[in-house]
Amino acid sequence: MVRFEEAGVSLGGRPVLRDLDLVVDPGEVVGITGPNGSGKTTVIRAAATLATPDRGSIVVLGTDTRATDLLVTRRSIGMIGHNPGLIPELTLEENLVHVARLADIEPTRVPRALDVVGLSEAASRRAENSSFGMRRRIEIARLLLTRPQLLLLDEAASGLDEAARQLIDALVDSVRKRGGGCIVVSHDPAQLAGLCSRVSTLVEGRLEPAK
Amino acid sequence: MRFWRQALEIARVDLTVERRVGSTLRITVPFAVVALIVFPLALGFQLGVVSAIGTGVFWALGILFGMQVALRQSATDTRERRDLHALLGVDPAARFVGRVMSGGVLMVCFLIVLLAAMTVLFDPVLPDGAWPVLLLSTLLVAIGLTELGTLAGEVTSGLANRTVLASLIVAPLALPLIIGGSQSVGALERDTSILPWILLLIASDLALAVAGVGLARPLEEATR
Repeated sequence: MVRFEEAGVSLGGRPVLRDLDLVVDPGEVVGITGPNGSGKTTVIRAAATLATPDRGSIVVLGTDTRATDLLVTRRSIGMIGHNPGLIPELTLEENLVHVARLADIEPTRVPRALDVVGLSEAASRRAENSSFGMRRRIEIARLLLTRPQLLLLDEAASGLDEAARQLIDALVDSVRKRGGGCIVVSHDPAQLAGLCSRVSTLVEGRLEPAK
Repeated sequence: MRFWRQALEIARVDLTVERRVGSTLRITVPFAVVALIVFPLALGFQLGVVSAIGTGVFWALGILFGMQVALRQSATDTRERRDLHALLGVDPAARFVGRVMSGGVLMVCFLIVLLAAMTVLFDPVLPDGAWPVLLLSTLLVAIGLTELGTLAGEVTSGLANRTVLASLIVAPLALPLIIGGSQSVGALERDTSILPWILLLIASDLALAVAGVGLARPLEEATR
């Protein structure tokens, strides 16, 4: 699903990832931990095809990420980043309907997704007036709608209560069960322990042997 | 079909956000109308002069405040939203077209309100057949200015001084629009053909549309 081969990624001319080798097979959940600034977010962005390598290669879902047309490949990737990418002036439900329409998904599926993440009652609340946890749950609902083949989570469980963390665990589990792959990034190894089939540590842009 | 569905959805949400934020209708329009009122005051109510400069003032203020509409904050995407659009498979060209649609609606509304206010305040003396030409050139300028603003927004996306840089791009490139718009009515007053000026506006609009659609994907990747 994902193959980094001696991949180097630079941001603003500064090398962030160096000679990185990483393989995620179908049905596998790979955890990456490491200190702040070690390049964890860049691994996620590179796997999402949002950062391209300047050395080596990164192949995601069979497509080299330096390809010029990534539209179709990207539709099969789901990501939760540091900040929820919601439109603040829209309600939580409108944000999901917007996603559904852009992704050619029937908007009638939105209420069910809201129900699963426990936000049916708060559906009419604007995103700008919602808590971080609520906005994070909407992102989980978005991924329930889009059903990605490759799931990328960047500190997705940080700042969430136990119920929301269980939703993330269930999301990862559903992707794994349908043969998809996941990369889960967290600075806290304990968060990854029960969720991932293997965990590697990223130090200064290089992966240390898997534990 | 997916392309047009995405473009229409981007436009729909843009207009919904604009309706809720209201930066165009609640801020730009009143300030532009106030600026229109200042001109007769400054000229000491010399009605002949005021009538003669009416359309010129309309174009000057239309371009000036129209830039604010074209570069409005509500059409700016955060990095997270751009990433989300990319991962939903939104074609950057569809996003450009959607933004032009929503911005075009706002721009036309803005210019029509400004034109109405100018007519009431300045009572312009226009030659026969000038109103259809003025409306047509207003529509073409609105489309061009919106395309230009959207393109400038994409070029400067993610940059720290985005607003200043985008304005610096739009101002000189809007010159063909200002010239075409103002000279189309001027040609009627001089009793010469309006065709070259209307063609200049159409050519500008088409060139900006081609540039916007063609550059959308490379710009998307380059500014990520």
